[in-house]
Amino acid sequence: MDLTVVWAFIIAFAVFAYVVMDGFDLGIGILFPTFKAGRERDRAMNSIAPVWDGNETWLVLGGGGLFAAFPLAYAVILPATYPLIIAMLLGLVFRGVAFEYRWRDAAHQKFWDRAFAGGSLVAALAQGMTLGALLQGIEVEGRAYAGSWWDWLTPYTLLTGLGTVAGYALLGSTWLIWKLDGEEQAHARKLAIRWGAATIVLMGAVSLYNIALNAEYADRWLSAPEIYYVAPVPILTAVVALSMLRAILKERNSKPFWLGIALFFLGMSGLGVTIWPYAVPESVTIWEAAAPYRSQAFMLVGVALTLPLILAYTAWAYWVFRGKVADEGYH
Amino acid sequence: MLENLDALLLARIQFAFTVSFHFFFPAFSIGLASYLAVLEGLWLKTGKSVYLDLFKYWLKIFAIAFAMGVVSGIVMSYQFGTNWSVFSDKAGPVIGPLMAYEVLTAFFLEAGFLGVMLFGMNKVGKKLHFAATLMVALGTFVSAFWILSVNSWMQTPTGYILGDNGQFLPGDSWWDIVFNPSFPYRLVHTVMAAYLTTAFVVGAVGAWHLLKDRANPHARKMFSMAMWMAAIVTPAQIFAGDMHGLNTLEHQPAKVMAMEGHYQSHPEGAPLILFGIPDSEAKTVRYAIEIPKASSFILKHDWNAPLKGLDTVPDDQEPPVGMLFWSFRIMVGIGFAMLGIGLWSLWGRVRGRLYDMPWLHRAAVLMGPSGFAAVLAGWITTEVGRQPFVIYGLLRTADAASPLDAPAVAASLLAFILVYFTVFGIGVWYILRLMGKAPQPGEYGVKRGDVGPIRTAGITPGPTQNPGGEETLPSAAPEKEPV
Ligand code: HDD
Ligand code: HEM
Ligand code: HEM
Repeated sequence: MDLTVVWAFIIAFAVFAYVVMDGFDLGIGILFPTFKAGRERDRAMNSIAPVWDGNETWLVLGGGGLFAAFPLAYAVILPATYPLIIAMLLGLVFRGVAFEYRWRDAAHQKFWDRAFAGGSLVAALAQGMTLGALLQGIEVEGRAYAGSWWDWLTPYTLLTGLGTVAGYALLGSTWLIWKLDGEEQAHARKLAIRWGAATIVLMGAVSLYNIALNAEYADRWLSAPEIYYVAPVPILTAVVALSMLRAILKERNSKPFWLGIALFFLGMSGLGVTIWPYAVPESVTIWEAAAPYRSQAFMLVGVALTLPLILAYTAWAYWVFRGKVADEGYH
Repeated sequence: MLENLDALLLARIQFAFTVSFHFFFPAFSIGLASYLAVLEGLWLKTGKSVYLDLFKYWLKIFAIAFAMGVVSGIVMSYQFGTNWSVFSDKAGPVIGPLMAYEVLTAFFLEAGFLGVMLFGMNKVGKKLHFAATLMVALGTFVSAFWILSVNSWMQTPTGYILGDNGQFLPGDSWWDIVFNPSFPYRLVHTVMAAYLTTAFVVGAVGAWHLLKDRANPHARKMFSMAMWMAAIVTPAQIFAGDMHGLNTLEHQPAKVMAMEGHYQSHPEGAPLILFGIPDSEAKTVRYAIEIPKASSFILKHDWNAPLKGLDTVPDDQEPPVGMLFWSFRIMVGIGFAMLGIGLWSLWGRVRGRLYDMPWLHRAAVLMGPSGFAAVLAGWITTEVGRQPFVIYGLLRTADAASPLDAPAVAASLLAFILVYFTVFGIGVWYILRLMGKAPQPGEYGVKRGDVGPIRTAGITPGPTQNPGGEETLPSAAPEKEPV
C-alpha cells in the first residue's frame, strides 16, 4: 500500500488519540471554575494528575509526525495559524505547571486554579479554531503560506473553536462521572448533560456550515453516489449522541465516557471525509506534502516497533490508577 | 529602533530565548532522573532510610522541574514550524524522522512512567516502582540522544542528497545521518554537562544544610555523593570538551578561529589568547594576554603547527567573534572552577574532614548554579559559532525563516518573555523554597493533594483538611511532622 496513505492514517490516529485523551483533561480544566474549592477540585485534579503528561505527548507526536511525514503541510499550516498556535502553547504552559504549583503554594492556590482553567480554555479554543482555519482554506503560493496573520479569524473558526471547547468539556465531565462518586458525581452528571447537548448542537452547526462553506465539501456529502457511503456517519452520530445522553441520565458509570469518545471518533471520520485527500484543503494534497519514501519507511519501522509498546504501558499506567479517586485503597 | 528589528531578527531572538529557557530544565532533569534512580536503587539494596528520604526530597523538586521542562519543550517542537517554516520544509525529510523517533522512544517513555514514579509506589510495589524510575531516567537520556543528533546534523550535515524541489532528502544510509561526525562528541559532552549541573545543585543544597548543621546525615550523604561526581566527572568533561574542540576544528574551522580570537593566520605557531577584547572592526584582539604558540599545541599537539585565521574566511561567512570568544571562556572558566571544587573535596576526604570545611561548603553553595551558566555558555558557543548558517555551509539562517510579519513575531516574543519569566521564575522560586528546608527522616513524597509540607507556616494539615492527600510513597521511618 501507498506509504503516504499509511502515514495519513497514523497522523490521524495520533490526532484522535490526542483529542480524546488530552480532551478530557483539558475539559476538566475548562470546567474547573464550576467545582467547589477544596475537595471537589482536589479530586478532579487528582483524577488526571498521573496521566496528563502522557496525554499531552500525543500532541507532540501529531505535530512531530506531521513535520516528519508531511513537512510541507507543517511548513504551511503553522505560519498560517501562527497566533493560534502561540496562544495554544502558552495556554498549555499555564495549565501544565498548575498541576504542580497549586500544591506547592497554599496561599496562591486560587490563582493557579484560575491559570489551570484559563490555560485549558485558551488551548481548547485555539485547537478548535486551528482546525476551522484549516478547513476553511489556506492561501498558498509556491511552497509557502501567502496570507496575512489574521486570515484565520472568521465566524466559522469561532464556531469550530466553541464546538471543541464544548466537546472537551463533555469528555471531561463524563470522565469525572466515572472517577468520582457521591455529590461530586452528581454534579459531573449535570455538567455532562449540559455540555453534551451543547456539543451535539455545535457539531450539527459546524457540519451545516461546512456544506455552505464550500461547494466541493457539499458534493462530498450530498451528491450521489457518495451519499450512500457517507450517510452512515451522520446517522451513527445521531444514534451515539442519543445513547450517550441516555447513559448519563440512567446514571451509568463509565458508559457515558466511552460513548463520548465514540462521538468524537465519528466527528473525526466526518472530518476525514471532508478533507480527503488534502493535507491543506484544496491546495496541497497529502502526496504533494509527503516526505520521500525513505523518510516515511524509516519512521514506519519505528512506529511499528514502538507504538504497541507505548499503547501497552500507557494502558498499564491507566490501570494502576483505576477506580474511583476516593476509594483508592492502599493495601 | 524597533523598526530595525525585522521579523528575522525577532525570530532568532525568540528561538534563542525559548530554547535557552527550555534547556535549563533538561540540563537539570536528565541528571536528577539518574540521581533519583541511583538513590532508589541504593535504598532497595541497602534498606537504609537515608536514601529513601533523599529520594523523596528530590522527587518533589524533580516533579516541578520536569513539568517546566515538558511545557517549554512542547513550545520548541512547534517553533520549527511557526518561525522556521522554510527550514522545516527543506530539512523535514531528514531531521523530522529523528524527532519523531524522539517522541516515540523517549517522550512517551518519560511521560508514561512519570505518573507511576510520582504517585504510584503504594500501588505497584517497590520493584516495579524502581523500574518506572529507571524508565523515566532512560527516557531523558534517549531524548537527549535524538535531539542532539538532530542538532549535530545541522552542524555537520552528512548522508543527505539534494532534491529537485530544494529539499534535503535522506541518502542511502540513515546511519550516516544519525551518527554524523560531531554527534558522538556533542552527546558525551552534553550528557556529562547535565550530570555536572545536577551534581553541583545537589552539592550546593547539601553544603547549605551542612553549614547550618554539620551533623545532618542527609546533608552529609548528598554532599558526599555530589562531590564524588564533581571530582570524577569534571576531568572527564574537560577531556571530552578538548576532543570536541578538535572535532570542531576539523569540521567547522571558522567557529574555532572565532572562539580563539584568531583574526589572523599564524604560519608558525598560534598563541593561546587567555583574555582580551575582540575588535571585529580592526580585526584584532585588544589588550590580549597570550601564551605564545600554546593554541597550536592544544589544537594540533605541535607548538609550531600553522593555524589559519579568520582572514582566510569570506566576511559574509564569519560568525560573530565577540560573543563566541566570551561564551567559550565562560564555559571553560567554569569547567576549571568545577575541577577546583572536585580536587578540594578530594583533599578534604583524604584528611577525613569533608564535613568540617565551611569554606569548601560556602564555595560549593556559590557554585550551585554554575552548571547552568556553563551549559548556556556552551550552547551559545555552539549555535552562534554556526552562524550565519542553520545547516552548516548549506542553508543560511536568513533564508530559513517563515514568511511572517514582524508584528506577529514581536507580539509572540513579548508574550513568551513575559510568561516565561513569571511562570518559570515562580517555579524556580518554589524549587528554592523546597531546597531551603533540610530533608527529614521520614520525608514526605509527592502527594496528590499535597498542601502540607511545603506550607511556609509549617503546619501539617490533618487528613480532614487534606482529603486528596494520601501519602503515595511508603515511609521507612515513622512519619514525622515536618518542621
Ligand atoms: C540534551 C537534551 C535536550 C535538548 C537539547 C532539548 N531537549 Fe527537549 N527535553 C529533554 C531534553 C532535551 C528532556 C530531558 O527529555 C525533557 C525535559 C523534561 C522532560 O519532560 O523531557 C524534554 C522535554 C521536551 C518536550 C516535552 C516532552 C513531553 O511531552 O514529555 C518536547 C516537545 C521537547 N523537549 C522538544 C525539544 C526540542 C524541539 C528541542 C530543540 C530545539 C529540545 N527539546 C531540546
Ligand atoms: C538546548 C540548548 C540550546 C541552546 C541554549 C541553543 C541556543 C541557541 C542560540 C543562542 C541561537 C541563536 C544564534 C544566533 O541567532 O546567532 C540558536 C540558534 C539556533 N538553534 Fe539552537 N540552541 C540549543 C539547542 C538547539 C537544538 C537542539 C536545535 C535543533 C534541534 C537548535 C536549533 C537551532 C536553530 C534552527 C537555530 C537558528 C535560528 C537562529 O539563528 O536563531 N538549537 N540556538
Ligand atoms: C574546561 C573544559 C571545557 C572545554 C575545553 C569545553 C569545550 C567545548 C567546545 C569546544 C564546545 C563547542 C562545540 C562546538 O564546536 O559546537 C563546547 C560546547 C558545550 N559545552 Fe563545553 N567545554 C568545557 C567545559 C564544559 C562544562 C563544565 C560544561 C557544563 C557543565 C560544558 C557544557 C557545554 C555544552 C552544553 C555545550 C554545547 C553542546 C555541544 O556542542 O556539545 N562544557 N564545549
